[in-house]
Amino acid sequence: MSVSLDIRLKRANKVYHEGERVSGVLLVNSRDALQHQGVSLSLEGLVNLQLSSKSVGVFEAFYNSVKPQKSKLQPNPVEFSITPETLQNVRERSSLPRFLIRGHLDATSCAVTQPLTGELVLESSEVAIKSIELQLVRVETCGCAEGYARDATEIQNIQIAEGDVCRGLSIPIYMVFPRLFTCPTLETTNFKVEFEVNIVIILQDDHLITENFPLKLVRV
Amino acid sequence: LKTKYSKARRGGRKGSTSSSSSSSSSVVLDPLSSMLDGSDPLSLFAAVSQTPELGRKRREKEEEVGSDFEPWSSKRGEILSRFTTTEKLSINLFMGSDKTSSPSSAVSEKVRTRLEELDDLEEGSQREIWSMCADPHPLPESFSADDVNDTAKETCLNWFFKIASIRELVPRLYVEAALLKCNRFLTKSGIQETLQRLTAMIRGIGDPLVAVYARAYLCRVGMEVAPHLKDSLNKNFFDLLATFRQIHGESVQNQLAQQRVEIPIYLTLYSPAIHWILQCVAYRAPEVLLTEMMDRCKKLGNNALLLNSVMWAFRAEFVAMRATDFIGMIKDCDEAGFPKHLLFASLGRSLSCADPPESERLSILNDAWKVITKVRSPRDYINCAEIWVEFTCRHFTKREVNTILADIIKHMTPDRAFEDAYPQLQSVIKKILPHFHDFSVLFSMEKFLPFLDMFQKDSVRVEVCKSIMEVFIKHQQEATRDPVILNALLHICKTMHDSVNALTLDDEKRSLSLLINGFIRMVSFGRDFEQQLSFCVEARATFCNLEPVIIHLIHTVNQLAMETRCVMKGNHSRKTAAFVRACAAYSFITIPSLTSIFNRLNLYLLSGEVALANQCLSQADAFLKTAVSLLPEVPRTISIEGKQRSSEPFLLDFINNFLSTLLVVPDHPEQGVLYLVRGLLNMVQDYTWEDNSDAKIRVYISALPLLAAMSQESYLYTIPKVDSNETLYGGDPKFIAEINKLCETLIGQVLDHLKGLGRDEGVRRQGSLAFSLFGCLLAHGDLRNNKLNQLAVNLWNLSHKHGFCDTRTSVRTLEYIKHQAQLADLSHLSDMTARLSLQSRT
Repeated sequence: MSVSLDIRLKRANKVYHEGERVSGVLLVNSRDALQHQGVSLSLEGLVNLQLSSKSVGVFEAFYNSVKPQKSKLQPNPVEFSITPETLQNVRERSSLPRFLIRGHLDATSCAVTQPLTGELVLESSEVAIKSIELQLVRVETCGCAEGYARDATEIQNIQIAEGDVCRGLSIPIYMVFPRLFTCPTLETTNFKVEFEVNIVIILQDDHLITENFPLKLVRV
Repeated sequence: LKTKYSKARRGGRKGSTSSSSSSSSSVVLDPLSSMLDGSDPLSLFAAVSQTPELGRKRREKEEEVGSDFEPWSSKRGEILSRFTTTEKLSINLFMGSDKTSSPSSAVSEKVRTRLEELDDLEEGSQREIWSMCADPHPLPESFSADDVNDTAKETCLNWFFKIASIRELVPRLYVEAALLKCNRFLTKSGIQETLQRLTAMIRGIGDPLVAVYARAYLCRVGMEVAPHLKDSLNKNFFDLLATFRQIHGESVQNQLAQQRVEIPIYLTLYSPAIHWILQCVAYRAPEVLLTEMMDRCKKLGNNALLLNSVMWAFRAEFVAMRATDFIGMIKDCDEAGFPKHLLFASLGRSLSCADPPESERLSILNDAWKVITKVRSPRDYINCAEIWVEFTCRHFTKREVNTILADIIKHMTPDRAFEDAYPQLQSVIKKILPHFHDFSVLFSMEKFLPFLDMFQKDSVRVEVCKSIMEVFIKHQQEATRDPVILNALLHICKTMHDSVNALTLDDEKRSLSLLINGFIRMVSFGRDFEQQLSFCVEARATFCNLEPVIIHLIHTVNQLAMETRCVMKGNHSRKTAAFVRACAAYSFITIPSLTSIFNRLNLYLLSGEVALANQCLSQADAFLKTAVSLLPEVPRTISIEGKQRSSEPFLLDFINNFLSTLLVVPDHPEQGVLYLVRGLLNMVQDYTWEDNSDAKIRVYISALPLLAAMSQESYLYTIPKVDSNETLYGGDPKFIAEINKLCETLIGQVLDHLKGLGRDEGVRRQGSLAFSLFGCLLAHGDLRNNKLNQLAVNLWNLSHKHGFCDTRTSVRTLEYIKHQAQLADLSHLSDMTARLSLQSRT
C-alpha cells in the first residue's frame, strides 16, 4: 500500500508573520482504501548546530568560552577607509604596498528581504587588484551553563569587482541575502544567530585585505 | 572595525576566503546545491510568448525603435567578417590577468559549473505550477506585474535569487542582463532599476575591453527591452569615457606586452562595441546631446578611438557639417595609437551619404587624400580609398576621379596587390558608374581602362564588364558613333565574349548576349551606312561564339538594307545597289554559322525577302534555294528549353510562310516554270515525316491556295519594281496549264491519302483532312467546274460520314455558302448547298 501526503500551502512564498494563519490543503494520494484515526497538524521549531568535520577542533577550542556579549551595531550608514595603517594583523607596515580604499555601506541594519547596498572606491593602489568580493558570514552561538560554542559559516560570496579596476570610480556594493541561509538576527539566552559581511580585496599577488562589518538583519 | 591583511593560497574558490577570517568556519554550504522547487521563468515566458498577443506587443515595441536604427543582427555579420580573419585576435584578454592558470580551460570550467548550477530544472515542475494556478490563462498583451499570479511571481523571484548568488561578477552580469525583460513579472519599475544597477555594476570589471563589450551588450538589451530609457545608455557612455584612461594604464600595457599585441590592433578591437554604444546613444538624440558628447570626447587626451566611433555612429549630416573640425581632430591624434587611415575611412563613410559645406569640400578631399596616399599596406590603403571614391564622384569632376584612379593603380599594382582586393576594386567601379552616365566622359578618363586591367581574374573581370554594360544600356539615351565609347565598349564586350567557353552555362551566355546586343543596338553611324556595315563585319568577327549576337547582327544588316531602300525611296543608285548586295552577301555567309536549323531557315527566308525588296533577284533566289535545300536536314525532334519536342509544327509554320512569299518570287530565267514551288514540294515529298502524320498532306493542301493565287490575272500582292510571274508570263495558257497540272497532282495525292485512311483509327483524320480540302476548294477553286463541284460535294459528305465533324463549323460553313450563293456570279453554289447534308445525330 503506497500513500503519499502532500501539504500545499496557499501562500506561494511560504513566508508567514506572527499572528498570521497558515492555511492550505492536505493532498492524500492512495491507490487503495486508507484507514486512519484522523489527521492532525503540528508545527515544530528546531534549532540544530551542525558541526562540520572541518571545524571540529575549532569547536573544542571555543567550548567553555565566555558568555556571548551583546554586540553593538554600527551607526547607519557606515563609512570606511582602508589603508595599510588600518590593518590590525601586520607587524611591518613599511613592507606593505600603498593603497587607499574608501567607501560606505548604506546601512548595517538591513531588512532581510532588501539587498545590502553601498559603494566602494579604489582611490589608489600600488599593486594591481585581482578581485573584490563580499563575503556573508553567519555566526551561530549556542551555549548553556558549562560554556558556549561559536560557529561562523560563509553562506554567500559575491564578487563585485574583477581585475584591476579603474581608480577613483565608485563601484557598487550590492548583495541580495540568500533566502535559505539568512534569517533575522536572533538573540536568546542560550542561542544566537548573527550575520557579518566581509569586504575582501584580493591583490594580484594573492594577498587579502579583509574588512569586517557586523550586520543586524530584521524582517519588516 | 576589524581590518585584516593576510596571505592566502587561493586554490579552490569555495571557502578559501573564510579560512583567513578570525572566527572559525565550517564547510561552506552551497546555497545553490539544495534548490527550491518551482519552475523557471524562462520556460514560463516561452509558454506565454506562444500566444499571438505577445508577438503583437513585440511589434509595437519595435515602433519605438524605427527602421532607421541599424539592428545588432545586421552589424554582427560585418563585425565577424572583420574580426575572425586575423589569428592574433583569438587572445583571451579578459582572463589575461590570471598568469598562473591556462585561460581557456579556466573559462570552460567556470562556464560548465555555472551552467550545471543553473540547469537545475526539475521535471514536472512546470506542470505543477500550472496545476496550482486556478486559472492558467495567457497574460494580456501589455501585462503588468499586477496581472501575474503569485505562483508565477514566486517562481520568477526564485530564479532571480539563484542568479543573485552567482559568485563571479561577469557571468552574473550577463545572466541578469539577458533576463532583464523578466523583471516585468515582478514590478513596474524593475526593468529601469535593474538597468541602472547593471550599468553601475560594470564599473567592477577591471579589464576595459571586457567592460566595453559588457556595456555594448547591456545597451543592446536595453534598446530591445526599454528603448525609452535613454539615461542608462548615456550613463554607459559617460562611464566608458571615465574608464578610458585604463587603456593606457599599466595593467593593460603589461598584458599587451606579454601577449605581443600591438597597440593599434588592440585598439581596433574596441571599435565595434564603442560604435554600437554610440549608435544607441545617438539614435534620435537631440543635436545638443551630440555636441556635448563630442566636446567630452575632445577633452579626453588621445581620443582617436572615440573619435572614430563618433564619426561612425553619429548622424552622417552631423559629421558632414563639422567635417573640417573632424579633420583637425584627426590630425591632432597620436601617430602611434589608433590607425589614422581608419579615422579617415570613418569620416569618408559619413561623407559618402551627407554633404559638407561646399566651400570646404576641396580642402577636405586634399587633406584626406594626403593621408590615404601614404598608407603603406595595400589592404589598409584600398579599404580606405574605396570609401572616398564616393565623395569624390559626388562633388568633383572626372579630373579628380581620374587622379584617384591613378593613385589606386599606383598602390595596387606592385606585387599584384590587386589580387587580394577585387571586392574593393569592384566597389570602386560600382561607385563611379552611377555618377558618369555620359560614357564619353567616363571613357575619356585616362585611367579608367587601365584600372579595369587590374581585374585579372576572369570571373571578376566579366562581372565588372557586365556591370558597366548594364549601366550603359540603362542610361545611354541616344545611339552613338563616338570612337572613344565604341572602342572602349568593344573592348569590354570582347572581354565578356572571350570568357565564354565550353563550360559556360546557357543562362550566362544569354545574359552576355543580351548586354552585347544592347551595345550593338546603340551604335549608329547615321547616314554612313557603309561604316555601319563594316562595324557589323567587325562585330561578327569579335562575337562569333555567341549565336544570339550573330542573329542580332544579321537582323541589323537586313534593317540597314531596308533603311537604304527607304532613303532611296526604292530607286537604288548604282552605289546603293552595290551596297544592298553587300548586305545580302553579309547575311548569306553569316547564316550558315548558326547551329539552330530554324534560326537558319527563318533568316534565309527573311533575308531573301529583304533581298527581293531591294531588287536583288539572284541573291533572293540564292537565299530561298538554300532554304529549300536545307529542309531535308530538319530533324524530327528539336530541343526547346531543354525538352525534346516534335519539330513538325515549326516546320509546317515555316513552309506556309515560305509559300506565301513564293507568290512574288519570279521564276529564274534559266530554270523551269515554278521551279521553287516544285523544288519545295519535292523536298516535302522526300522528307521523312513522322509515322502516321498528315503533315505532308496538309502542306499539299496549303500549296493549293498559292497555285490558285498564281493563276490570277493580277496578283494579290507584289513587290514594287520587281516583276513577278504575273508580268513574266502575262497569263500564258501554258503557264496556267502547268499550274493546273500541278494542282491535279496535289489533289490526287490528297485523295490517295484519304483512301488510305478509310479504315479503323484513320476515319477521324480522314474527316478532318477532307473538310480542309473542301474548304480550300470552296475558297480558291472554281466550282462552276462540274468535276470540281462534284469533288467538293463528295469531300463534304466524306467528312461527315463518320460523324467526327464539328457541327458548329459545318453549320456556319453551310450558312456562308448560302450567303455567297446569293451573289450574282456565284449562283451555282445554291445548287450545291442542296447536296450538302449535315451529319445526322444518332
